[in-house]
Amino acid sequence: MKIRSHALAGIALAATAALGLSACGGGPTPAASGSASAGGAGSGEITVYNAQHEDLTQAWVDAFTKETGIKVTVRNGEDPEMANQIIQEGAASPADVFLTENSPAMAQVENAGLFADVDQATVAQVPANFRPSTNKWTGIAARSTVLVYDKTKLTEDKLPKSMLDLANPEWKGRWGASPSGADFQAIVAALLELKGETATKEWLKAMKDNSKAYKGNSTAMKAVNAGEIDAALIYHYYYFGDQAKTGENSKNVSQYYFKNQDPGAFLSVSGGGVLKSSKNAAAAQEFLKFVTGKKGQEILQKGTSFEYAIASDVPANDKLVPVKDLQAPTVDPAKLNSEKVTDLMTEAGLL
Amino acid sequence: MTTDLSAPQVSGDTTTAGRGKRPRPPFGVSAVGILAVLTALFSLLPLGYVIFMTGVTGWDTAVTLVFRPRVGELLLNTVLLILITVPLCLVLGVGGAWLVERTGLRGNKWWAVLLAAPLAVPAFVNSYAWVSAVPSLEGLWSGVLIATLSYFPLVYIPAAAALSRLDPAIEQSAASLGLGAWRTFFRVVLPQLRIAMTGGALLVALHLLAEYGAFAMIRFDTFTTAIMIQYRSTFNGTAGNMLASVLVFFCLILLLLEGRSRGTARYARVGSGVQGKALRLPLRSYQLPAQLSLLALTVLAFGLPLWVVLRWTLAGAGSWPADEFIPALLQTLGYGLAGAAVTIVVGFPMAFLAVRYPSWFSKALELSNYITSSMPGIVVGLAFVTVSIRVVPGVYQTAGVLVAAYVLLFLPRALVNLRSGLAQAPKELEEAAQSLGRPPLLSFIRVTLRLTAPAAAGGAALVFLGIVNELTATLLLSPNGTRTLATQFWSKSSEIDYVGAAPYALLMILVSAPMTYLLFQQSKKAAGQ
Repeated sequence: MKIRSHALAGIALAATAALGLSACGGGPTPAASGSASAGGAGSGEITVYNAQHEDLTQAWVDAFTKETGIKVTVRNGEDPEMANQIIQEGAASPADVFLTENSPAMAQVENAGLFADVDQATVAQVPANFRPSTNKWTGIAARSTVLVYDKTKLTEDKLPKSMLDLANPEWKGRWGASPSGADFQAIVAALLELKGETATKEWLKAMKDNSKAYKGNSTAMKAVNAGEIDAALIYHYYYFGDQAKTGENSKNVSQYYFKNQDPGAFLSVSGGGVLKSSKNAAAAQEFLKFVTGKKGQEILQKGTSFEYAIASDVPANDKLVPVKDLQAPTVDPAKLNSEKVTDLMTEAGLL
Repeated sequence: MTTDLSAPQVSGDTTTAGRGKRPRPPFGVSAVGILAVLTALFSLLPLGYVIFMTGVTGWDTAVTLVFRPRVGELLLNTVLLILITVPLCLVLGVGGAWLVERTGLRGNKWWAVLLAAPLAVPAFVNSYAWVSAVPSLEGLWSGVLIATLSYFPLVYIPAAAALSRLDPAIEQSAASLGLGAWRTFFRVVLPQLRIAMTGGALLVALHLLAEYGAFAMIRFDTFTTAIMIQYRSTFNGTAGNMLASVLVFFCLILLLLEGRSRGTARYARVGSGVQGKALRLPLRSYQLPAQLSLLALTVLAFGLPLWVVLRWTLAGAGSWPADEFIPALLQTLGYGLAGAAVTIVVGFPMAFLAVRYPSWFSKALELSNYITSSMPGIVVGLAFVTVSIRVVPGVYQTAGVLVAAYVLLFLPRALVNLRSGLAQAPKELEEAAQSLGRPPLLSFIRVTLRLTAPAAAGGAALVFLGIVNELTATLLLSPNGTRTLATQFWSKSSEIDYVGAAPYALLMILVSAPMTYLLFQQSKKAAGQ
């Protein structure tokens, strides 16, 4: 309701603003300051730039507002888009909190010097392997890389030992991924960090020849299920999410974990951070503490996102393979470089 | 009133008022002119942005980003899509219009409306429906299928309007000179549809360039989908901007081609006289095949998406998040109405100038609007994001910026209608009112504005329809917390949550349907353009 009345007021302003804009021929009047107040200067309201699952964040926001009375406005987008947006906005950013699905976008904002230090109380809630050593942001959840495959066609012994084997000719035309998505770009960032630029470049080049590009991980899994491709490189929770619903997009699908510290066993840390430019830093820190706290992590554990809960000693959803069994490679989340990744992927013709 | 008074060419060509000595605009008109110039300058902002970004990037980087294999793939995809889809739309649009208007087709009144109906289904809803019905759809031919079914009404509507107003006298003469029905059609009727066809073809082609959602859903990459992907990866990266400059180049070529092929011949009746009733060709044994093919077309273009959307909506009934989609509906209506109103107001000075004081200057003004509106929402959105963050951070992420973008994107839709409306309100009437003692301003309002109102309503409907279906600029520019039907539908359907997306799709169709009908009626009235 509040959102609606806000928007209607904004639209009423819009007419005048748009007229003002056109009448000034590119030198618009500073008329509509509607969004500045949407940031809620001083009123205790916060704005979250959200690249995490919309439903999960909404659940966090609802519970947080219920507990603290602090109003939260959410702007949804994708990791890299929102990270770059925050950087472009700089000190003028309306964002107070930034939540992502993966680490590279967080590292990017951190490198631009835009994050405030995370409160000590929050840091204490999150184990060291799920946050950057700098404490400029923190892990809020985790997700494992996995190869979903068509179990009606393949058995585990016919699957590649390493994610890098997908570059081999026998996999030509048989696998898929969602290269335009932040998830996949995080996997490439891990590969870059673990194996270096030359190896990554070659692998991406082979991927361009070998793989089919889907829009979104769920679509890629659906394609495996429908027999369009044999396997897809995605994250683990799409399978669990679909199984929990109707299972119609994963009936024929099984999950394969690469393990052995392979780049394909990469465990991606979802991040949360408070912007230095926040006008409501206290409320913003409060929100981050809530998300990584017991209640926040239990929402994650019991919810339908099937991501790994990582903080406040809340165990992961018991349907998931335990984190210690994943044998993920060690990667410092603060070192994942998203800009280099998009450059390399553009060069390989994937973007 | 005779028909020749209401015969402005679609755009660009001088109307009769412009011939001979050019009237010198009085002061009030100069003010209107200044407004029009400012609007035109403002509307060139996105083009300026793309040129500026290309300049900033530097020649070498630009060349490496533009001349790479990926751009070749996109170029091939985009060109093939246009080359295959536009002719298909012309065949279906003109064929349908001819059956409905000029043959003894039974139930032609119903078919006339049904063939316009697919316009109420946004292309990305169409794509969603098809993908959920036939999950293996992907690539060029699926793109052609969905684009053709979504966009043929853009040819059909003007073609039907033109056909219903064609002077049968010429056909009668042709027949009396011994031409058969087929040859009469190709040599007499078809050439007279040239404006409707080139205009419709241009619209279809520009939609093909701009479309994002429909093609993203079936994994078909065009320049626009690639720019969106680049944007999502880097927010405002150089690679995306370079793709945009190629796209703008594309749009300019299309505009140029259309201007060329429209020609300079005059198609309107000259002088008074009574227009005869159009001839209707009896279909006889072709009646059944004609009925069946129209049935197939409407089922594929309108029936299937509607059926799929209804099916998914009912499948999710009971779990309807009414508290989510009612705000989305209200916001969509709010933006649609505000955007349409502002666009009409902003477009009026320009249309006024073009009709009353036509010159190379007013033509240039108009052209600048066409250039901007031919760019995809993503490019206009990018320009607005960059400029508003850097130059006027106060308006960044406000509803005002979004509405301003809508105005630029959809201004020509309003202009075309306003022009024809103004042309039907001849200056002489206003002058007559003045000579009867009304002050100029009052006579302008009482006579001209009132006579223009129906056309303005038609233009507003068209703009409204555009805003309801707009996705990319809305995603980029909307204020925090905004959820329109289109963005909500998109976020659900990208997660292949067909059930969750369906109510938004249904609402979009329901909101668009009356506007489509209004438009269809309006185009009939304004025929002869």
